[in-house]
Amino acid sequence: MKRWLALYAAAVYLFLHLPLVILAVFSFNSSRFTVWQGFSLQWYRAIFQDQQLAESAWNSVIIAVVSTILSTAAGTLCAYGLWKRGSKLLSGSLYLSLVTPEIVMGISLLALFQWSFRWLHWRLGLYTVILAHVAFSIAYVVIVIAARLRTFSPALEEAALDLGATEWQAFRFVTLPALLPGIVAAALLALTVSFDDYVITSMVAGVDSETLPMVIYAMARRGASPVINAISALIVVVFGALVLISERVREA
Amino acid sequence: MKMASGWERLRAWFLLPAWIWMAVLFAAPFAIVVVYSLLTRGAYGGLGLPWTMENYQRLFDPLYLGIVLRSFAMAAATTAICLLLGFPLALFISRAGSRKNIYLQLVILPFWTSFLVRLYAWLFLLRDTGLINTVLQHLGLIHAPLPLLYNDGAVLLGLVYGYLPFMVLPVYATLERLDPALVEAAADLGAKPWPALLHVILPLSAPGIRAGSILVFIPALGAYLTPDLLGGGRTVLIGNLVQNQFTNARDWPFGAAISVGLMALVGLLVLLMLRSEREGLV
Amino acid sequence: MESILELRDLVKLFPNQRAVDGISLKIPRGGFYSLLGPSGCGKTTTLRLIAGFEQPTSGEVLLDGAVVNEQKPYQRNVSTVFQNYALFPHLTAAENIAFGLKRKNQPDIERKVRDALELVRLAGKEARYPAQLSGGERQRVALARSLVLQPDVLLLDEPLAALDPKLRKQMRLELKEMQRRVGITFLLVTHDQEEALSMSDQLAVMNAGAIEQVGTPQDVYLRPSTRFVAGFLGAVNWIEGIGLRPEVTRISRTLPSNGGRFRPATVTGSVFLGNCVHVLTRLESGEDAVAEIPRNNGTYQAGEAIHVCWNPSDEMIFP
Repeated sequence: MKRWLALYAAAVYLFLHLPLVILAVFSFNSSRFTVWQGFSLQWYRAIFQDQQLAESAWNSVIIAVVSTILSTAAGTLCAYGLWKRGSKLLSGSLYLSLVTPEIVMGISLLALFQWSFRWLHWRLGLYTVILAHVAFSIAYVVIVIAARLRTFSPALEEAALDLGATEWQAFRFVTLPALLPGIVAAALLALTVSFDDYVITSMVAGVDSETLPMVIYAMARRGASPVINAISALIVVVFGALVLISERVREA
Repeated sequence: MKMASGWERLRAWFLLPAWIWMAVLFAAPFAIVVVYSLLTRGAYGGLGLPWTMENYQRLFDPLYLGIVLRSFAMAAATTAICLLLGFPLALFISRAGSRKNIYLQLVILPFWTSFLVRLYAWLFLLRDTGLINTVLQHLGLIHAPLPLLYNDGAVLLGLVYGYLPFMVLPVYATLERLDPALVEAAADLGAKPWPALLHVILPLSAPGIRAGSILVFIPALGAYLTPDLLGGGRTVLIGNLVQNQFTNARDWPFGAAISVGLMALVGLLVLLMLRSEREGLV
Repeated sequence: MESILELRDLVKLFPNQRAVDGISLKIPRGGFYSLLGPSGCGKTTTLRLIAGFEQPTSGEVLLDGAVVNEQKPYQRNVSTVFQNYALFPHLTAAENIAFGLKRKNQPDIERKVRDALELVRLAGKEARYPAQLSGGERQRVALARSLVLQPDVLLLDEPLAALDPKLRKQMRLELKEMQRRVGITFLLVTHDQEEALSMSDQLAVMNAGAIEQVGTPQDVYLRPSTRFVAGFLGAVNWIEGIGLRPEVTRISRTLPSNGGRFRPATVTGSVFLGNCVHVLTRLESGEDAVAEIPRNNGTYQAGEAIHVCWNPSDEMIFP
């Protein structure tokens, strides 16, 4: 039985990874058709010459970095607070935010923004995307930090108090350093989740706040250009690296 | 208790940011959606009074009911296929000894690359001018491209591809915790590999299967991007319907009603999951 | 002499349990003091009440004459050595020891840390992280970390429980010696009666949230005031309501003639323990008794009729 299982597993892994590998391979195709006609880097060059791509990528980076900083801070503090004493309402709503379908989250945030714009006279823009991204990232951060806290002994904080530290000092000098690997892992997670988001972003982005996924989506919809293959390959490599770093850090 | 007051104060401050964000950017938006679902569509796509239940009544229109049922069927099919494909894989990983972690990473890794990119990979393969059709035509096996894309099958494929790890991980977790002595006892009592699997391992992995099924079913039910890209507008699921109301159709109240209905379904499923599994995620 | 630590009618109630049920204790300055009792008797809760991690339901904790009920742990001048040491894993041994000094902004930290390391004989290992230290070394860092703050009382929560048996015996002597050298009052909490007996100047035996007896090791072992204390401090033979330690219970084939008491009995077994022999007997009354005799005092076979005898002065009588 073991051999069948191994063969089967190989097939499934192939199913999971082959599409991406093929995508990457054809990003080096010199022809824009799906017939291999030779090796070329032209599509990669095209990426760096595309103005729209550059702007949208830059927007994505800004959104990802800012929303990650905010969500990691809020999420870490939240996980710690919940660890001290739980709150069913808060845990419940965080959990709910994870299972809420993205489209529902997107339209409800759009509804909020449009409604509030009646009084504020503002418009959709980068900031609305950032606000939205923090909203759905916090839960991820809380999960990672909460898992880390489960392996943290409360006796350490008691020892800190015993030695003269106040509660805040105990958190700052004892707990926070212990949580640092988890915080880095959570931040990397929030970064990738934010960078990749399309559904929610497309609903709450302004006209001049296009993100990279939105551009990719538009290109994919229009028809295929190997430029997308090239962007995809780059994204896969970058994301893969971030995830690997995150796993390494998490094991520290 | 007075002692706890130092910690209590710290905790109150620490929870504040998350409270505010959840209240303003999660609860409030949804409350607004609920309110909108009870209003009427305005002449130019806005909304206003009168209050009405009409939007919810429309949900039971055969057209929309059909979409809901089809979404259910699609989610159920996705879950079933993920279970069929995922269980043996989880079994394999749980028996892989020292290489367990590597195999697990290999399952998780594609998931954490861009979701959009992974969908596009299938577009690239399944299109009329995609790789599969090109190869088959090149080999002379077919003369005209096969319509692999823009149908229910493609969407199903995309959903399974996207959510397979959600099934594999919980099932693996349960299998890993399985006492190997139980399987040995089964063998000792005369069970060959296949019956042992059916009568011992499968029942004991029920909690993992339940968890995995709900973790696949819920997002599959509310899927939007997959049916949008791989279904090309021909496969309309609940998610696409909602998005359509808020963009092209400009019928926000109706879209809101659908969303509330979807959230109700999701909420029900979550309650089911929490009841069968005592430990929460956070 | 005023006591450094005093507990007055201390009570701590938890939702489903009376953990500490009215304890009063006066602990004098300097000296090694122990709280001995089985798990669940409230000794650890008492320690936590003294340290400030729990608030009493009623009663008072006084340190150096002042009531400290309202004070947080970081305001009290006591320090705790935790059962698993609770060393901060991200700090070196030296940084762990310096932690309390830094929080209180004390001067001359480097010198104090160096002195503390020397006191616990860990000089040279100051740059090591807890993960790189052995169990015994970690315990010494925990000790140094607390002692360097010169607390009024050092609280030790089962400090030897995590060590292996051989190391435990050695650490008992070291701890005792350290207390003598440093002069700070040590309050040890343990369930191991050998530990309490060997290290303490005075000990309090606790049971079910209350103190059953306070006294020197000799007091509680030789003159226990309750059956519980007798049974907890060592083995007891109960003969007609009187308690006798096995080591003062003797066996004789002939009738003893020295004025001691005796009862007829039958040998039921004999256990060779290396340094002595335990002869198991059953008296006519049906009660069992174990006599501890030197190993070269002859052998006894099961079924033999003998006499169990003892000195009246060794009897432990309870009301």
